[in-house]
Amino acid sequence: MKAKWAFLTLVFTIFTVLTGCEPLLVLDPKGPQAETTSNVIWISIISMSFIVITVLVLLVIILSKYRASKQPADYEPPHIEGHPVVEGTIIGIPILIVIFLSVVSVISSYQVESTPAGYEDEEPLVIYASSSNWKWHFSYPEQDIETVNYVFFPANRSIQFKLYSYGPITSFWIPQLAGQKYAMGDMVTKINLAADAPGEFMGRNANFSGEGFAENTFNATALSQEDFDKWVEDIKKTEDPITEEKFNELLQPGHLGQLSFTGTHLDFSPAPEGEHAGHQHGDSSDKNHSEHEQNNKDKSSK
Amino acid sequence: MEFFERFALPHPDPMIYASMVAIVVVSIAIVAGLTYFKKWGYLWNEWLTTTDHKRIGIMYLISALLMLFRGGADAVMMRIQLSSPEMEFLNAQHYNEVFTTHGVVMIFFMAMPFVIGLMNYIVPLQIGARDVAFPRLNALSFWMFFAGAMLFNISFVVGGSPDAGWTNYFPLAGNEFSPTVGVNYYMWALQISGLGTLMTGINFLVTIFKMRAPGMKLMKMPMFTWSALITNVIIIFAFPVLTVALLMGTLDRQFGTALFTTGSGGMDMYWANLFWVWGHPEVYILILPAFGIYSEIISTFSQRNLYGYKSMVGSMVLISLLSFFVWVHHFFTMGQGALTNSIFSITTMAIAIPTGIKIFNWLLTMWKGKIRFTVPMLYSVAFIPLFTVGGVTGVMLAMASADYQYHNTMFLVAHFHNTIIPGVVYAMLAGLTYWWPKMFGFKLNERIGKWAFWFNVIGFVLAFFPMYLTGLDGQARRMYTYSESTGFGPMNMIAFVGAGLFAIAFILIAYNVFYSFKHSPRNIGDDPWNGRSLEWATHNPVPAYNFAIEPEVESSQAFWDHKQKKHNLFKGKISKIHMPNNSGIPIIMAGILFVFGFSFVFSIWPAVIIAAVAFFACMIYSSFENDQGRYISEQEIKETEAKFGGDSK
Ligand code: HEM
Ligand SMILES: [Cu+2]
Repeated sequence: MKAKWAFLTLVFTIFTVLTGCEPLLVLDPKGPQAETTSNVIWISIISMSFIVITVLVLLVIILSKYRASKQPADYEPPHIEGHPVVEGTIIGIPILIVIFLSVVSVISSYQVESTPAGYEDEEPLVIYASSSNWKWHFSYPEQDIETVNYVFFPANRSIQFKLYSYGPITSFWIPQLAGQKYAMGDMVTKINLAADAPGEFMGRNANFSGEGFAENTFNATALSQEDFDKWVEDIKKTEDPITEEKFNELLQPGHLGQLSFTGTHLDFSPAPEGEHAGHQHGDSSDKNHSEHEQNNKDKSSK
Repeated sequence: MEFFERFALPHPDPMIYASMVAIVVVSIAIVAGLTYFKKWGYLWNEWLTTTDHKRIGIMYLISALLMLFRGGADAVMMRIQLSSPEMEFLNAQHYNEVFTTHGVVMIFFMAMPFVIGLMNYIVPLQIGARDVAFPRLNALSFWMFFAGAMLFNISFVVGGSPDAGWTNYFPLAGNEFSPTVGVNYYMWALQISGLGTLMTGINFLVTIFKMRAPGMKLMKMPMFTWSALITNVIIIFAFPVLTVALLMGTLDRQFGTALFTTGSGGMDMYWANLFWVWGHPEVYILILPAFGIYSEIISTFSQRNLYGYKSMVGSMVLISLLSFFVWVHHFFTMGQGALTNSIFSITTMAIAIPTGIKIFNWLLTMWKGKIRFTVPMLYSVAFIPLFTVGGVTGVMLAMASADYQYHNTMFLVAHFHNTIIPGVVYAMLAGLTYWWPKMFGFKLNERIGKWAFWFNVIGFVLAFFPMYLTGLDGQARRMYTYSESTGFGPMNMIAFVGAGLFAIAFILIAYNVFYSFKHSPRNIGDDPWNGRSLEWATHNPVPAYNFAIEPEVESSQAFWDHKQKKHNLFKGKISKIHMPNNSGIPIIMAGILFVFGFSFVFSIWPAVIIAAVAFFACMIYSSFENDQGRYISEQEIKETEAKFGGDSK
């Protein structure tokens, strides 16, 4: 018993020291979406510790009180079938906690899927992020430029990443800005996020995708609007245009450093959305519903 | 020459060649030893052809323990590789093969046979039956599992291991990105053993429904039997999904279809869905029998009846239903939108309610009890808080929005090890220790057992709790390396130390078997733990016919009430007993399936066809075989009973 306590204290100390000295990435949000997830995580940690502590306390009390060595030799444990009040409580309290967490979960699920809080009335900047073994390609249709393995975007602006993959399923993740979303070959998924201030963030593919998976990372940098515009200008002035041939070369399995191009691959290798989607699916949040239907008609008439 | 090239390893390594040599040497040693000691006949007659549920159970358990060490070796290799930044112990390809193998071996070839092995041994005894409903089918199930396990295990020396993760997501697992035969091995090893499991499900369902002792109403079944019943219902509904998914995967890989391949009208998400429609119920297939075992042990060593029997049963039924409506929580991040995620988030959290009820019922079983801290009880007591942590982190993962951050990270890895190790593995160790005297007639040494327990618990906490932190700090799962600047180093070093302690625990357990075999007293009687259910109402070790006289049951703790309230369990008289005959057919059929699977993996079609024909020939032969079983004579039973100390219980 003593060993157990010493041990528990040790674990507890490690936990607090470590969480105390340097914030964990996910709990150190730099934008509204990650802020939401971080809050949800804290809410769930707190409600869940209530359960863990209750169980632990009950267990310790019961073990110390009802161990055989503490009882007279002739003690005969009673036969107890159950009691409606006790059983009602042990069913009722978990139900209440689950209801509470369900409400939090549903509300926050809608939040992380929609435009970041505070940026609702502006049009998001759309950036296509596509993965290939084991790189990320970022296409800026509006700016008409493309980068590999790094992405710059303005801070304080809503950004919409449109994700798809030229290879295995990958998962686009910038922990300090938002949670993950899969990038797949036959459809486009979306992440809406915003950075509250300029800064550099770790980004990576989180879903196992083969040999080069561990190094499948990218740099995400939020710049002030001026710096961003200037950067776009620079690219346009200094970089070569991306050609189909060049792009196919980039798609070959392997790792590349950071590259920049003018133009985007979307012109000759469009994203799997709209008429290029691999299949139809019931994405109820899809704004382009009518467009979808149009495509269905196109396909069936072919 | 070209024919043989396909068996070459795509990614050879000195360590693999060393293992090849080791495998050959050990096999030769075994064959030579069996020949020298003239044990072939014994092995064939007593074990390989047996249809006795107890021997089949023991063979399952031995296989499970062997696979535990195989999977454990993989785990240690991974922890070494991750112990510090930029480690160069395994390269990316080998790391990928190792974690894939680890996952598959631990789930399919360690946890499953462990659970099924204990069910095999104990369930017929707990319901007072002589065997399972279909003994020969039971043997076939075992040998199919074994054939699948062996097929999977040779992959790393012949043709190359699978490397797409135990979840085997397409398109990564398709030909384009996994061109070696590794994933074919995955498909066929799981297919063959999975079909064996499906047959086990049917077998036990019938056994429990049809073969209970007189008087044992459903609501008088011991809790482990209840958990086995529900588990087998889940198996029957879930495993066909795996069968179909594996078949579709095979079609894609070997027959050029594009069911899971994007670009040709197939859908990669289809695999993920099918996999988890099977996969989530699967985790409950593992945990429910564990719940049953804990219920037995906690009640026995608190020396009290199980609190809330009805709510224990009800919560398991509820869990089994809900477990089919939560699979989407394994891919909240696939872009299905907030509505779908919300629904599955709620159904997932709902599972926590019946699970919570069970935790409190176990606590209340100990309440007012008289608790004895034996090794099985220690594991059960450690299970309660540790599994609670695993469960609540499950609830955290079930919050769809937050899961966007946990998914694919070490946080998830910590969660499921936190449920599977204190949940399933501790239950298996506890159950094994608890029922060991039943199987072998002596107890495992308690002192060594307690040492192993403490190494186990401390090792577990050190190995897995740090992962919660690194996960929240952005460490993705399945990365073979990380840079120093990530700051993951210290936590992974702690995890490595924990894994070391954990490994020591299992070495101690193996040593304990050896030690107890030599030194434990054999005169432990028939009721060494002061048990409560029917399996303790017969001898240790159990005679072939289980019970000399068929027991008649009046309560859910039949043996306890026999002792306490003087219920008379054995009202009949000894008479001859009908038993199934041994049969060589199951092991032969499984051998044929092994050849079939192996040839299929390498697309050697003539061999595939010959094996298929041979398999059906065996089936036809069995259907026409006239096997009426055999009788154990009254005389023989009386002699056996006398050896156990006179009165026929
Ligand atoms: C209170 C009950 C539980 C809840 C609410 C729960 C919830 C979850 C969720 C939401 C995930 C998916 C997370 C993700 O992929 O991001 C997950 C994964 C998993 N859980 Fe649980 N879980 C529970 C109990 C269990 C139990 C009892 C087991 C096993 C015996 C288990 C084994 C697993 C496994 C094996 C995985 C995924 C492994 C993988 O992706 O490779 N869980 N759980
Ligand atoms: Cu699940």
